[in-house]
Amino acid sequence: MDRPEQHGSSTNPRTRRGRLRLLAASGVAAMSLTAGLATPLNPAPHEAEAADGGKKTLTVAVAQSVDSLSPFLAQTLVSTSIHRLMYDFLTNYDAKDNSTVPAMATEWESSDDKLTWTYTIRSDAKWSDGEKVTAEDAAWTFNTMMEDEAAATANGSFTSNFKKVTAPGPDKLVVELKKPQATMTALDVPIVPKHVWEKVDDFSKFNNDQDFPVVGNGPFVLTEYKRDSYVKLTANKDYWRGAPKFDELVFRYYKDQDAAVAALRKGEVSFAAGSPSLTPAQANSLAKADNIKVNEGPGRRFFALAVNPGARTKDGEEFGDGHPALQDAKVREALFTAVDRETIVDRVFQGNAVEGEGYIPPRFGDYFWKPSAEQKRAYDPAKAAELLDDAGYEKNAEGKRVGKDGKPLDFRILCHATDPNDKAVGKYLQEWWGELGIGLKVDCLDNVSDPWAAGEYDLAFDGWSVNPDPDFVLGIHTCAALPNKPKESSATDNFICDKEFDKLYGQQLAEYDPAKRADLVKQMQSRLYDTGYMNVLAYPNAVEAYRTDQIKSITTMPQAAGNIYGQDGYWSWWSAVPADDDAGSEGSGGLSTGAMVGIGVAAVLAIGAGVLFGLRRRATAEDRE
Amino acid sequence: MSTDSTAALVKSPGAASDGPAEAGPSGRGPRSRSAAAYLRYVAGKLAGAAVSLFAVLVTSFFLFRMIPGDPVKHMTQGRPVSTEQLAAMRREFGLDLPLWQQFTDYCAKALTGDFGMSYQFRAPVIDKITEALPATLLLTGTAFVIYTVLGIWLGARSAWRGGKFGDRFGTAFALTLYSVPSFWLGLLLIVTLSVGVGPIPGVFPTGGMESGGQSGFAHVLDVAHHMVLPVLTLVAVEYARTLLVMRSSLLDEMGSDYLTTARAKGLRDDAVRRRHAVPNALLPTVTLLFVNLGNTVAGAILVETVFSWPGLGGLFYQALSVPDLPLVQGLFFLFAAAVILMNTLADVIYPLLDPRVGR
Repeated sequence: MDRPEQHGSSTNPRTRRGRLRLLAASGVAAMSLTAGLATPLNPAPHEAEAADGGKKTLTVAVAQSVDSLSPFLAQTLVSTSIHRLMYDFLTNYDAKDNSTVPAMATEWESSDDKLTWTYTIRSDAKWSDGEKVTAEDAAWTFNTMMEDEAAATANGSFTSNFKKVTAPGPDKLVVELKKPQATMTALDVPIVPKHVWEKVDDFSKFNNDQDFPVVGNGPFVLTEYKRDSYVKLTANKDYWRGAPKFDELVFRYYKDQDAAVAALRKGEVSFAAGSPSLTPAQANSLAKADNIKVNEGPGRRFFALAVNPGARTKDGEEFGDGHPALQDAKVREALFTAVDRETIVDRVFQGNAVEGEGYIPPRFGDYFWKPSAEQKRAYDPAKAAELLDDAGYEKNAEGKRVGKDGKPLDFRILCHATDPNDKAVGKYLQEWWGELGIGLKVDCLDNVSDPWAAGEYDLAFDGWSVNPDPDFVLGIHTCAALPNKPKESSATDNFICDKEFDKLYGQQLAEYDPAKRADLVKQMQSRLYDTGYMNVLAYPNAVEAYRTDQIKSITTMPQAAGNIYGQDGYWSWWSAVPADDDAGSEGSGGLSTGAMVGIGVAAVLAIGAGVLFGLRRRATAEDRE
Repeated sequence: MSTDSTAALVKSPGAASDGPAEAGPSGRGPRSRSAAAYLRYVAGKLAGAAVSLFAVLVTSFFLFRMIPGDPVKHMTQGRPVSTEQLAAMRREFGLDLPLWQQFTDYCAKALTGDFGMSYQFRAPVIDKITEALPATLLLTGTAFVIYTVLGIWLGARSAWRGGKFGDRFGTAFALTLYSVPSFWLGLLLIVTLSVGVGPIPGVFPTGGMESGGQSGFAHVLDVAHHMVLPVLTLVAVEYARTLLVMRSSLLDEMGSDYLTTARAKGLRDDAVRRRHAVPNALLPTVTLLFVNLGNTVAGAILVETVFSWPGLGGLFYQALSVPDLPLVQGLFFLFAAAVILMNTLADVIYPLLDPRVGR
């Protein structure tokens, strides 16, 4: 640069040089930031495998944080899914049809009085530290949950009806019950090794995340955990059902779903979007990408409208302010008859859902129930209007239906502000019910649990994830689940207390014959449908995606058409077969690592030299001044 | 930059010419008086900070209890839990006690530095914070250094050529980036520089702080590699503020006589700017610098989320959504304390930079 001119105060060269320097400065800033390019740090996952002696790694993008790695405390889906992989449960669910299959227990039988269950524990299973898995481990796990309140935090509901658990022999586990309980083949409790866990002194504070590898007996062994960065598991080659096909399973954190989708595109992860599902926009764009398969399967959730039946405590003390008109079965019937579920599936869920029928999603084929033709509240706005006319809710001069108290019918519906589906459906309901002459106010709140527990709502958007054993989602509609005191949080979903339903609930819980129990469960759904306090609008599908150049095949659940993430069982990750190494394993950038390193090093050197040179020239210039 | 500036203050004609930097050889009356005044000033600031901290401690208890929502219900959402289990958890967390008792327990513990156990993570709040703090400090600290230096430098140059194309363009460019939502910019960078578009190769990781399984220098490089995009995002959206403050305060100095004097001495234009104008214009920037520094602790929730950075911002968001009261309180206190501390520090340092302050 023509430095000598700089001494004068003539503005022209100064400006010119300034511009150049400004340019150079921004250039340097940008370059130093991109200097990361120089480092050979970003090999695509397959390249990492190659360097690792052909180790096959399956990487799953997750968003939810691990709350605790102790099976006694963990409540979030990601943690309980990981526990499924680390520890065997007594039983497992068949990927085909959700029926119970052996796991840690090979056989089970109940006594004639239905109060004693005897499990035969398999003799060919070992803990990852070499110790044998025995019935004593299971007995100790259950007893700990029964004796220590902290250990009951996560799964206490499974043992609350247990009287006594013993292990008369290494392969015999005996559970004595207070009352018959049909869910004894659906005890979703990870069994932990007694010889490791008996050293724990405070279960409320022990998070099982200090000593690795964590001793377990599942298809994978937890070897590394970095909070909100990754969870690493290695395959248990000695697993009795057979070793997983991948050598390593990594759950990597992507807190933002769009970022997870980007990582999938790039191939940094093999699977994305277990929970929540991909949005329709994400799914559509991924469907067009190479080497990516979008998997849409029936979900395990239902999306429903709940009507406040009048909140009350166990003792019958009433509270809350549910609309009295909704106590009238005709009004509820009219409301649900004026709901077009097909439109909701098409427009709101954009086809990624199945129209709602009974309470339990069709994925659980044994328990799925549909209303009969005469029972069904099919979309029929004319009939809805007729029902209201017949029941005496006449329209007033402004065209609004008037209640028995002479006031126009105006309902409120509680909506989750975080759920766009709630808001969208709310708009449709306003339109449909508006045509009936009924007003609707959609109350979207960040946190609906307070008004909900206080019974201060007329209707609400409701939804639960259903397990292969339906006991829990049925139990939340029994009188026993009602709160002890007004507004106190309790197990009840929607303050429903119906003697008929409760009777059936008691019967199914004591019915050990699967077919008969399924029949009772269907009767319960029929009753729930008829009482009209719960109306299922849709079963949202699970929409996920994985890379076919990393995963050749993977088991969905149900096998025919199902989902991958958050299965009841470890089938997906256990069964996943790695794709052949060569297919698509060239780095997505098209540049080899070596070339990148070369370019990077050259760039850094050039920048360094430039900066040094500039500084030296400047230094001499200043020295002269 | 800072050593440069204190030295340069000596030349500033506006202030009394004796900065505390040369107050060393004392013994003369006015100097010891000024030292005493300074100490009094510092003590006042410290007392003020202590009062603020205590107020924060109390506020954080009540503030977050106004968030609607039942932590126990939220944590057990969608899980088979009995009413007894819910009651046991409430008892464990002390949520069954009357509010005043919860408050006194909280105060007694907090004064000893114990913020209790996180509800959702079942670990001491202090542990959760110390776990996530380094990640946040690394990310926001690096970004802070870069955007401060960049902002001051570009701001000074901009003002020096006020109204010219370079100034107008540079300022407009900075302001445009400033108004871009950081998560959007972050996603854009991920899509272009991580995944790669067309001829642009995707060379950066899409998220996280480390690949895992590395140690030593390889690990350092790995983290640096993961840091590039989040730091770039933070710098891009943040440097405008420093630039603008620097620019406007330098513009105020531009017409000053002492600059004419400096030029008349025959100093190079560059030297006039760097040694005379900039140091005098730096004070407002120093204020901003300390405010920014205080905020680095709170992290950058959006950027941390987009880049899945395991820092405090993400932890705070997670704690709020439960609400995990002990964790929220602990974090809130930490964030507030950092800001208070940095502001106090700024107050304490001011008189050293500008002797007019604190007299």
